[in-house]
Amino acid sequence: MSRSYDRALTVFSPDGHLFQVEYALEAVRKGTCAVGVRGKNVVVLGVEKKSVLQLQDPRTVRKVAMLDDHVCLAFAGLTADGRVLIDKARIECQSHRLTVEDPVTVEYITRHIAGIQQRYTQSGGVRPFGISTLIVGFDPHDTRPRLYQTEPGGIYSEWKANAIGRSSKTVREFLEKNHKDEMSREETIKLTVKSLLEVVQTGAKNIEITVMESYGKITSLDLAQIEAIVAEIEREKEAEAERKRSRLAATAAGQAAMSQAAGGSGQ
Amino acid sequence: MDISFALTGKGYVIVAADTTAARSIVKMKVDEDKIKVLSPHLLMAYSGEPGDTVQFAEYIERNIRLYHIRNTYALRPPSAASWIRRSLADSLRSRRPYAVNLLVGGYDTSTHTPHLYWIDYLGTMSEVPFAAHGYGAYFALSLLDRYHDPEASVEEGLATLRRCLDEVAKRLVVTPEKYKVKIVDKDGVREVEI
Repeated sequence: MSRSYDRALTVFSPDGHLFQVEYALEAVRKGTCAVGVRGKNVVVLGVEKKSVLQLQDPRTVRKVAMLDDHVCLAFAGLTADGRVLIDKARIECQSHRLTVEDPVTVEYITRHIAGIQQRYTQSGGVRPFGISTLIVGFDPHDTRPRLYQTEPGGIYSEWKANAIGRSSKTVREFLEKNHKDEMSREETIKLTVKSLLEVVQTGAKNIEITVMESYGKITSLDLAQIEAIVAEIEREKEAEAERKRSRLAATAAGQAAMSQAAGGSGQ
Repeated sequence: MDISFALTGKGYVIVAADTTAARSIVKMKVDEDKIKVLSPHLLMAYSGEPGDTVQFAEYIERNIRLYHIRNTYALRPPSAASWIRRSLADSLRSRRPYAVNLLVGGYDTSTHTPHLYWIDYLGTMSEVPFAAHGYGAYFALSLLDRYHDPEASVEEGLATLRRCLDEVAKRLVVTPEKYKVKIVDKDGVREVEI
């Protein structure tokens, strides 16, 4: 009788894989992209927003959630699963304050979230959460920004910059190439937008940026601000291309002159 | 022995509570803050059984905050007061009820009105223009009947409060030496010296 329903959904395959967890990771890979970048005194979350339908209220479609005054979370994967996990995390944040009279540290809440995700790979009658999360924030009485990632299997790790979701590999490679330590606020935001532009073709209107500058200081950039940054990046790209073109032209001209000179001396 | 007062005025609520923590006949400390800031525009003064008060107030504080984070917007004063009253009423019918009396004062930022609620440990609630808990109520309510003005400025409101505190100081056998006073209005919560 117990065999009928209360058996774990996630069972090992003979070669040691947990297929349900791997399928969950696949759901994450299909989700919209989210990027987190750490600067010197700042940490930035950027997410790719799905285009809102004409008659839809854009305020009801959000992918960055505040867990507490000093912690934010972005996720990639199944939105409905994200909502459940976010609610559990928010309750834990307040519960932690109630019991020890201190706000959670970013590592603590990450571990808690990863713990929940792990539990859903090992208990009976449940399926894993189809989401990966990026958790950013500042610890109480500390000025260092933090960035953590969790995965459906319950793995969690700390990063300087990372991406999850659709094309996250491309974005991560871009970040690996371009990330510097000790970046300023503007540099960090720009790198975040730039890395997102690698995979978001539609530009500013499909990007959402959340900036956390210190304990409890969270701002969301509005469309105009993001458009300004995108325009600046476009300009820089344009200038770079222009330089490249003129350099090519110069070398071509130089080569032409050389060959002409060589031809002239031959006569 | 706790004494707390609150009164509304033109666009504000003043909440005052004494700062004494006593056990039996002994004062343990005189700088206890018995007014919790529940949300940007909501105050709650609590008195009653020591231990119960803090436990209950912190529980309320965290739940109001959780509501704020979940919904982006904080509960408005009438809804918050109703929920707090309900929590006390549920507690009264549990195995070990909280013995806590409350004054909940808030400013509703959408209707631009101040609200004050008097709540006792039995889960009684009423919205009032002014309120008091503890021995102070015996002396202050008649004064407030005479002097309270719902259109009063903050200075006039504080002067009325001053009258109440002076009367308690004059007539009550064991009078608290210090009060904490907080005001909530359209700009949020601030503390004032009196």
